[in-house]
Amino acid sequence: MAGRETTATGVLGWIDQRLPIIDAWDKHIGKYYAPKNFNFWYFFGSLALLVLVNQIVTGIWLTMSYEPSAEGAFASVEYIMRDVEFGWLIRYMHSTGASAFFVVIYLHMLRGLMYGSYQKPRELIWLFGMAIYLALMAEACMGYLLPWGQMSYWGAQVIVSLFGAIPVVGADLAQWIRGDYLISGITLNRFFALHVIALPFVIAGLVFLHILALHEVGSNNPDGIDIKLNKDENGKPKDGIPFHPYYTVKDIVGVAVFLFVFSLVVFFFPEMGGYFLEYANFEPANPLKTPDHIAPVWYFTPFYAILRAITFPMFGLDAKFWGVVFMGAAIAMLFVLPWLDRSPVRSMRYKGWYSRIALILFCVSFVILGVLGVLPSTPGRTALAQACTAIYFAYFILMPWYTRMEKCKPVPERVTG
Amino acid sequence: MIKGFVFALSALAGSAFAAGGPGVPLDSIDVDPRDKPSLQRGMSTFNQYCLGCHSMEFQRYERTATDLEIPAKLMEAHVVPAHHKIGDQQTIAMPSDAAAEWFGAPPPDLSLITRKRGNDWVYTYLKTFYTDPTRPLGVNNLVFEKVGMPHVLQPLQGEQRLVCTNAPVKENGVVQTDPLTGNPILADQCGVLEVVEGTGQLSAEEYDQVIYDLVNYMAYVAEPSRVSAERIGIYVLLFLFVFGIIGYLLKREYWKDIH
Ligand code: HEC
Ligand code: HEM
Repeated sequence: MAGRETTATGVLGWIDQRLPIIDAWDKHIGKYYAPKNFNFWYFFGSLALLVLVNQIVTGIWLTMSYEPSAEGAFASVEYIMRDVEFGWLIRYMHSTGASAFFVVIYLHMLRGLMYGSYQKPRELIWLFGMAIYLALMAEACMGYLLPWGQMSYWGAQVIVSLFGAIPVVGADLAQWIRGDYLISGITLNRFFALHVIALPFVIAGLVFLHILALHEVGSNNPDGIDIKLNKDENGKPKDGIPFHPYYTVKDIVGVAVFLFVFSLVVFFFPEMGGYFLEYANFEPANPLKTPDHIAPVWYFTPFYAILRAITFPMFGLDAKFWGVVFMGAAIAMLFVLPWLDRSPVRSMRYKGWYSRIALILFCVSFVILGVLGVLPSTPGRTALAQACTAIYFAYFILMPWYTRMEKCKPVPERVTG
Repeated sequence: MIKGFVFALSALAGSAFAAGGPGVPLDSIDVDPRDKPSLQRGMSTFNQYCLGCHSMEFQRYERTATDLEIPAKLMEAHVVPAHHKIGDQQTIAMPSDAAAEWFGAPPPDLSLITRKRGNDWVYTYLKTFYTDPTRPLGVNNLVFEKVGMPHVLQPLQGEQRLVCTNAPVKENGVVQTDPLTGNPILADQCGVLEVVEGTGQLSAEEYDQVIYDLVNYMAYVAEPSRVSAERIGIYVLLFLFVFGIIGYLLKREYWKDIH
């Protein structure tokens, strides 16, 4: 028979002659050598994959009963909650999954910041990651419109109106996104299409590239050491272990712990005190009645706080425009991170005090901004948000300087514990 | 153990967006979706006093009958209105724009009201109607200023007024007592609710019970899956616990010789 050489027989052999499944398994799982010192922070990549699968599967089942129209959307969600067999479970898994996704992704990104995983040669992994993050934000924002509650409606109104702040083209752009003068059934329909088809497709493709790029250069680790520099006589990294079975069994433990916490929320507090499902969203959308207080869902609040922190016009352009610019810049900064870090070492373990303090200040200000974003603004809170915004940007802008100035510790030859 | 943990978590989660009225402390209510007699009493109060104006259009009669263990025959005979079937949703005949004209605002659908406002708010709302001659219907409400709804339970509660009187001091809804004598501390205060004696059919405690049952029922309707979610949830958590332990042992076995 023509075809590829294969070591397998039977059905597997038949397939392997036509499709390199054994090679692929070996390359990505069976003989993918990962550093043996992965710690707690390394669970979140596989957990992100798990949540992605959860969102897709529960999303498919929701779509079977959901009705994307201004007249029917809210009622169809309640229909799912009451009349569809286990509909409440499917919906809570999806709504909790959205928040869980961001919890997992934020921790996954923080790991990258701590261990310098974005540094050479992993810049592309980071860039694909950031593209995923952007797509995920769009996905969450469009998904949030679908139940057509008061917060869905007014939240979308606020977010789309941000595009209106762009000079000259803004108003037309916002109208083009909505497909109408206000958020309406037309907007709902297009957001539905993007939410269930376009963006999941993009995200899945990006995740594929993310992992392909990772497996090309190999995983980083908490010491930030390149394990490929230290190989044994068979050419295997001395500090590496095959992903399967070592990390597959280890990830099972992470999955069990994650699912325990996840189920606790799904079955006992799906609203999570108004953070995962906002109370105002239990009232159908009413274009004539603006809610007293519009707060975005928690995972957008740091950026929302930055938006609101810019309260003064600059260079003849109004404050709202600059708010949008700063919000965009806050995300753009993360994209260029690999080129801002000039440190000779990767991991926080061996970086100097400047980097450590900078990262702590950055995290603290990010959390404070997140809290401020859910609260109504007062002059005091706005001042605090401005200070935190300054720290947020200082972390990035000063990075080329402080990563070069500081004294790093010597990096060991081999990975530690 | 799970109950305790669950409680701690919910306390932690707090109520971030609790929709409140103008600064009036809310009476708290601990609903119990497993208390079927209470839910049944709440349902009959609701159907008698509220369903005329307010729909509960996301809930079907049949679902309520099943969950509250009311035989379908009984439900059809006594609860489901003549023009409805048991499988129908609890809609009403009153046209919403006409109602808006009568009351100043249409009576909203109440299927999800406790999830929107919170149980405590609805509980307090139903207890704090008071006579206010400046309002078109002669009543106002402590947590819903200028409310358009009449005090439909007045025959039960009696006429409630806002008065200035020597009354027990409350802090956060709790009556303060003298540490020495244990008697309630009294003081002259205004804005105290007082029922005019002899105007209602029920005592204050009986009225509280009626409202408790009513809010309990409304909270059930807002999320009818609550009881089964918690029942299934316990098994899921138990399973995951065991699964996690087995996973951990497996991991330890595989990793034995990695140093
Ligand atoms: C005569 C008609 C009528 C009856 C009967 C009636 N209501 Fe209402 N209700 C209204 C109207 C009108 C409003 C809207 C008030 C407003 O928006 O100013 C309202 C509002 C409410 C609200 C507040 C909704 C919100 O906006 O948050 C609750 C809760 C409520 N009613 C509960 C009840 C309950 C419980 C009963 C039965 C004991 C009941 N109502 C009986 C007319 C009625
Ligand atoms: C759907 C979302 C995502 C999925 C499914 C995903 C998945 C993964 C997986 C499975 C790994 C390998 C395991 C691990 O290192 O934990 C990984 C590594 C990595 N991810 Fe992601 N990721 C996602 C989003 C992101 C985002 C938003 C970023 C940052 C912007 C990011 C940055 C990285 C980096 C830098 C690595 C390499 C880590 C290292 O080698 O130390 N990822 N990702």
